[in-house]
Order: sequence, then structure tokens, then C-alpha cells
Amino acid sequence: MAKSIDVSDLDIYYGDFLAVQGVNMTIKARSVTAFIGPSGCGKSTVLRSLNRMHEVIPGARVEGKVVVDGQSLYGAGVDPVAVRRQIGMVFQRPNPFPTMSIYDNVLAGNKLNAKRMKKSEADSIVERSLKGANLWNEVKDRLNKPGMSLSGGQQQRLCIARAIAVEPQVLLMDEPCSALDPISTAAIEDLIHELKSDYTIVIVTHNMQQAARVSDDTGFFNLKATGEPGHLVEFNPTSKMFTQPDEESTEAYISGRFG
Amino acid sequence: MSTTTKREPQTEAVAGPVQRRGDVVFAGLAKGAGVLIMVALAGVGLFLLIEGAPAITASGDQAYGNDNIVLFVWPLLFGTLLASVIALLLAVPLALGVALVISHYAPRRIAKSLGYVIDLLAAIPSVVYGLWGAFVLAPAILPSYQWLAGHLGWLPFFEGPATTGRTILTASIVLAIMILPIVTAISREVFAQTPRMHEEAALALGATRWEMVRMTVFPYSRSGVISGIMLGLGRALGETMAVAMVLSVGIGVVTVNLISPQNPSTIAANIALNFGNASGTKINVLVFSGLVLFVISFAVNFFGRWIAARGQVKG
Amino acid sequence: MSSTITPPGPRADRDSMPLTNPQLPALAPWLAGVIAFGLAALTGLLLGWGWVGTAVLGWLLLLVVLPVWSLLVEGERRAKDRFVTTLVWSAFGLAMIPLVALIYQVVSKGAAVLSAEFLTYSMRGILGEGGGIYHALIGTFIVTTCATIMSVPIGVMAAIYLVEYGKGKKLARWITFLVDVMTGIPSIVAGLFAFALFTLIFGPAIRFGFGGAVALSVLMIPIVVRATEEMLKLVPDELREASYALGVPKWRTIVKVVLPTALGGIVTGVTLAIARVAGETAPLLIIAGTTTSTNFNPFEGRMMTLPVFIYSSVTTGGKYAAENEARAWGAALVLVAIVMILNLVARVIGRVFAPKTGR
Repeated sequence: MAKSIDVSDLDIYYGDFLAVQGVNMTIKARSVTAFIGPSGCGKSTVLRSLNRMHEVIPGARVEGKVVVDGQSLYGAGVDPVAVRRQIGMVFQRPNPFPTMSIYDNVLAGNKLNAKRMKKSEADSIVERSLKGANLWNEVKDRLNKPGMSLSGGQQQRLCIARAIAVEPQVLLMDEPCSALDPISTAAIEDLIHELKSDYTIVIVTHNMQQAARVSDDTGFFNLKATGEPGHLVEFNPTSKMFTQPDEESTEAYISGRFG
Repeated sequence: MSTTTKREPQTEAVAGPVQRRGDVVFAGLAKGAGVLIMVALAGVGLFLLIEGAPAITASGDQAYGNDNIVLFVWPLLFGTLLASVIALLLAVPLALGVALVISHYAPRRIAKSLGYVIDLLAAIPSVVYGLWGAFVLAPAILPSYQWLAGHLGWLPFFEGPATTGRTILTASIVLAIMILPIVTAISREVFAQTPRMHEEAALALGATRWEMVRMTVFPYSRSGVISGIMLGLGRALGETMAVAMVLSVGIGVVTVNLISPQNPSTIAANIALNFGNASGTKINVLVFSGLVLFVISFAVNFFGRWIAARGQVKG
Repeated sequence: MSSTITPPGPRADRDSMPLTNPQLPALAPWLAGVIAFGLAALTGLLLGWGWVGTAVLGWLLLLVVLPVWSLLVEGERRAKDRFVTTLVWSAFGLAMIPLVALIYQVVSKGAAVLSAEFLTYSMRGILGEGGGIYHALIGTFIVTTCATIMSVPIGVMAAIYLVEYGKGKKLARWITFLVDVMTGIPSIVAGLFAFALFTLIFGPAIRFGFGGAVALSVLMIPIVVRATEEMLKLVPDELREASYALGVPKWRTIVKVVLPTALGGIVTGVTLAIARVAGETAPLLIIAGTTTSTNFNPFEGRMMTLPVFIYSSVTTGGKYAAENEARAWGAALVLVAIVMILNLVARVIGRVFAPKTGR
């Protein structure tokens, strides 16, 4: 079943620069957790450290502990490739592979692992994943068209379908709606709501209303001061966060006094 | 109003119906320079045609002992194509490897200086490559040719006899070393332009580095790499000095034997070697072979650019 | 719509979450390398092979050892990744060998010849030892300067036409296309062109420095057009509009606003173009010819240039071949140094002026 994530004393560096300092939190299984905060406060960086995608950025490194299902992500013998297979990611801008059809895009992850898939098996994975991403009805007649032929919102749902096709335990979403129009955004938010019965979802968002609408828990990140590292100010159930936050700065941010 | 048309009305407001003299003169000069380039290129073709035309009827001693111009040009054309194709076969895999190292495998800081080094190497004059090929590479590589002739002599390529290092294979190797930086520089650029979000999409699905390269970098950069290869081929076809200095030439030889002392020459090298002593119709014959070379490298370059342009439209 | 869809059913094995994968130690590639080349060295010694055979065997062993080891421990996908990584790095290593060897040979052989005499004496009346490349240096300088003087105005003006006047016009599209074609002209064809042109004007067997400059211009103009075009395109339209709004005529806007903004980039492009043509040999061999004495007049008489000097030194052969070869290496070092310095200068100029282009 979907797994919970424990983060303790997490520091993230870019080279010598300490970008994020001292993050502690517990992300519950089968729930939606939102990260909010002003730009540059490190929320995307923390998200990336949850499936070791920060390692793609040269010079980025992590100190501290991230424990998923009792296993430390940064322990000895842990393979980042295996981690990313279990913890999927959806990016800010939809990024279907431009040279692949819709069908092949969905199967891209599966094809890496299975040498030879039966046609029927592949078909069923594609159908199941596209249905899971609420995209099946819109594309079932043109599965062989290129993934880039879809609209932005459809492309993003295609990327979600691609991520859930490999059946990960956790889905990380890095501002998945920031490049989309309101109708597409609503479709994705509905989808997030449905997916949480099977997945642990962590979503970074700029949009506080969105965090309030989709998430069960919310973490608020902020910079102590300009040039200082970002840190986690408050981590609480979303309902509490948006009504009676513990910290004054959270309240200030949510009510729009800065950021 | 869109940004592209925004300037037009203002231009007219300034230039207006009453044209200023400065504007007219300056615009005329600019246009004239452009036309001059067209005229120059037309001139290249035209003068080569005029000076090359008498060669059509040349025969016997005039055509360097051949019955007609075709028999003269064909072995040279064969040598040109053979040397260039071997050079490509040697250079392209290496160039792609080097380009991948610079764009995706090496640590960022090292990669940057490696890129500079490759650019500098691309600037080394071909005559220096020729000098090195003739006096360093050729003697050093002879033992390898002897080994090839001894052990793989049953292949038509390595029949031998391997008595000199100055063979068409050595010339091809020198050409390969010359075009390596060119193909590398272009490939590295298109590899590096692969959108980061596609690479991250592949990695986030749990791809290894090679799977990421195969899924995103190669499909994205295919047309750019092909046009880079075509530019390298164009350079190899037209390269004169490196071949002229390295090769020990046989006369009118057409053979696939790569390591014998009797080698097919190339068009460009043949011109360089014989032009100094040529006179009368012989000059026309050499100019005619130059025209053939011009047409071929024109076609190759045209094809390369066409592929690049088509790739851009596709996105 | 969504209520009728069954979400992706959890797999039977979704309870387990394998994050670890048996991995080779970080030093594995080096270890495999040591094993492979150690084995190869042993075999090579036993069978009395040369170092080339040994190196090839070692490399082949490495290509087998590391992926097989990885296959046994890490599985097929990792093994493939390791195999390709080894291939890519060995391609890199193999490519670097000749390039590094070339630089090393040119520097070591060339430095032995360099002296004050070598740079300040011509080859007039010299058969064996002594003499120098003074006449070739002067020739290269004069020919390249003439080519630059012809190419830069034509190239820059043509680029101005393409960017400022010709946008979308048929003529401009043709010129762009022909400039592309010109970049691919084999250098010897440019030489033949100059030769054919001046033969028609002055009669047969004409050889002079200015002809070489014309041939080099054919090679240089397209590079200058290209570089200038790129730079002019980078100048933001807002600057032009600001100038128009002040009532400045278009040509003055181009001269006073657009060109100065793009100047750094244009100078960089021109410098790179000079570096490129300074090393050209074939066209000069045909139209400028060879000589042993210094000639300051580009319009009369043969003119020696550095690349042609290198070529003719090693192709004459005969009794003094050794001395000639030594001088060729010296000249090669000087030529490479000139080209490299021009490239570095271009880079520095490009960097110094970069902010002005608005990037």
C-alpha cells in the first residue's frame, strides 16, 4: 500500500550554498500534502529531494534523513533509479516525449523494465493508466497521435498517466497546474482527489486556494531573510493551517500580507 | 499590432515618400553588397565553367594520358569519395562519444573547458594536420599496416603490400582527426539543447543515464547531428593539403586496397600537386575536376542544410 | 465521468517497496580497468606483443569485464548503462590521443627551430641550414590584411541588408541561401576561381598576392556575413524604435545605434574569420605561388605565405630534406600560435562586449 515519508533534519546544499535547512515532517500515506511558500524558499528543492531528482542538478547534495516505508532514501546501497521508479514525479510544465505517440508515452516507464510486453498487457496498462488520469475518453481514438498534439491540460494528464503507469508508491507534483488554464486546473485537481485513495501525493503549489482545496496537510516554507536558507515554518493539517496557524508569519503569508 | 510589423510604419514615416539621400545611398550600398555576394558566387561557377570547358575535348597527354576527361576524373572522384567515407566512418562514432562526454557525462566544470579545447582544435590549419600525418603518423602506423596485411590480407581492403605508411587509410585517418572537432562541436551543441524537462521526465520514470540519452537526447538531436555529419563530409571532400601531403599516389588507380603504396588520389590533392607544373589544356583539365568537386560539395552542403531546416520545422 | 472509472488497481506486490538494488562499489570501473589492463599486460608480455596490441586487448577485456560483472550483480539495465558509459569514455580517450599527440609534436619539434634568425630572415639564397620565415610571415600578413579589408565591408553591409532592409524579401532569401552555399566551398575551388578570374584579365600563369586575397575573401565573406547577421538580430527592436522616435533617419540609426551595440560580436566574428583564412593553404598555393624572398607588393610577383611555406618545404625533398622539414615544423608552430592567439583574442573580445548585446 502507499507509503508514508518521514523527513528529519534535512539540509540541502547547492555546492557550498545552503539552500534549505533543518526540515522535519511526516507525510502521511494516502493523503495529499501541499508545500506552499514564496518563490525561492526551497519547496521545490525539498520535493525533489524526496525522490533524489535534485541529484540531476550539478552540485546539489543532501544531509539528513528521508525515510520511506522504513528505508532511508540516502542509505547505503539505495539505487536512485529504483527510488524514482517507486516515487514518481510530475513536473511544472507538461513534458511528454515529443517523438513518441500518446500510447508510447504512457508506456515509456514500463518499457524500461519489461523486456517484452504482451500486446494485450500493454493495452491494458495504457487503458488503465489513461482512465486513472481521466484522459481515456478524450484520447482513446487517437492513441497513435504524437503526445505533443494534445492541449496543455491534456498533456499534463498524459504525464500523470505516464507516472502512474509504473504503479509507484508516491506521486510528487511540482506545481502541476501553474502552466494550465482554470478548466484544465480543475480537471487535475479532481484527479488528485481521486488518486489519493491509492497514492501518497505531495504537491508544490504557488496557489494557496489550490492547497486549501486539494490537500490534507500543508507545509509552509519561508526564507528567514534574503540570502538565508529556506526552512519549514509550519506543518499542520490544512484546515488548521488556513484557519488558526501556529505561526504569525504563516498567517501573514496566507492572508496575503507578503509573498 | 504584432512586433514584427511594428517597425514598418515608423520606417516609412522617416523614410517617407521624400527619401533622404543618406538613406537611399546607405540602403543602396547594403543591397549592393548583397548582390555582390550573389555575383561572386555566380562568378565562381561561371569562371570554373569557362576555364573548365576546353577540358571536355581534352585527350591523351592533355588529359594526363587518358582518352577523355571522364577517365581522368573518375579515379580521382573515387579516391575523394573513398577517403571521405572512411574518414566519416572513423570520425562520427568518436565525435558522438566526445560530444556525449562533454554534454552529459563529464562533470560540468571539466566539460566547459573541454568544449573550448575542441573549438580550438577545430581551428588548427589543415596544413599542420598534413605535416603531422606525413611525418609522425605515417611512420608510426606502418607496423599496424604490416600486421593487417599479414593477418587480414585475405580481405580486399588489407591486401597490401604494406611498404609505406602514406596510404589512403592514413589520409583518411588524418581527415577523420580533422573533421572530428567539427562534428563534435555541432553534435555537442544540439545534445546540450535537449530540453531539460524531457531529460528529467525520463529520469523521473527511473531511467538509467543511457536510457535517458536514448529516450530523449538522440531523438531530439537526430537532424542536427546528421547535418553536422554532412558539414564534416563537405569539409573532408574539399580538403586538399592534408591528403596531398600524406598520400603516396598511384596514377589513375581505382582500388579498395587501403594499405598499398598505389593509392587513388583525390580531386583536391591532385589539383594542388599538379597545378604548379601544369600549362595549356592541362590547366583546363584540372579546373574541370575542381568544378566537379564544387558541384559535389555543393550538393552535400545543400543536403545537410536541408535536413537541418526540416528538423527545425518539425520542432 | 470519473465515478465510472476504476482507478488503477494496486498490484499484488505493491506492499513491498524495493529501493535498494545491489550495486557495484564506486571504484568498480577503475578496478575493472586495472584487472583488464593487468591481464592484457601479462598476455602481452608472455606473447611478446607490442604496446598497441596490449592496449587493444586491455580495452576489449574492459568492455567485457565491467558489463559482465555488473550484469551478475546489478542486472541487465545497469550492465547496459555501464557498457555504454565505457564506450563513450573510451571514444573520448581515443579521440584525444591524436589531438594531444599533434599539439605535442608541433610544440616540441617547432620549438627546437625557433630563434630570432628564424623569424627575421627570408629563405633567399638559402639551401641547407639557416634562413627563416620572415618572407612568409610578411606574405601571410599582407594577404590576410587585404582579404580582411575586402571582406569586412562587403560582409557587414550584406548582413545589414539581410537584417535591416531585406526581411522577407526574395532577394534576401536568395542571398542567405547562397551565403550558406559559400560556407561549403572547398578552399581549393576558391583558389581556382581567383586563378580563372585573373587569367581571363591578365593572361595565363598569373601569380600574385592580391589574387590570394581575393580567393581568401570568397572563403571569408560568408563567415563575416553569418557572424554579423547573428549579432544584428540580437539588437533589440526597442533600441531602433527609440532612435526612430527621436527622428533619426534609418541609416543613421543603423550606423550610430545598431552597429555600435553589435560591435563586440562582429569583431569577434571577424577575428575568428581571420584565424580561419590565415591557415588556408590550397588557394594561396595556386594563385599566390611560392618564392624564397620577401615581397611587399601584393599586386606584383609571387608571394610566400606561412601555410604554403610549410607545404612547399616538405614537398620539395632532395638533399636538404631534413633542414626543410625542421623549418616546416617551426613554421607550423608559429602558424598554430597565430591562429590560437586570434581565437583567444576573439573569445576575450566576445566576453568583454557580451553585456552590451543585452544577453
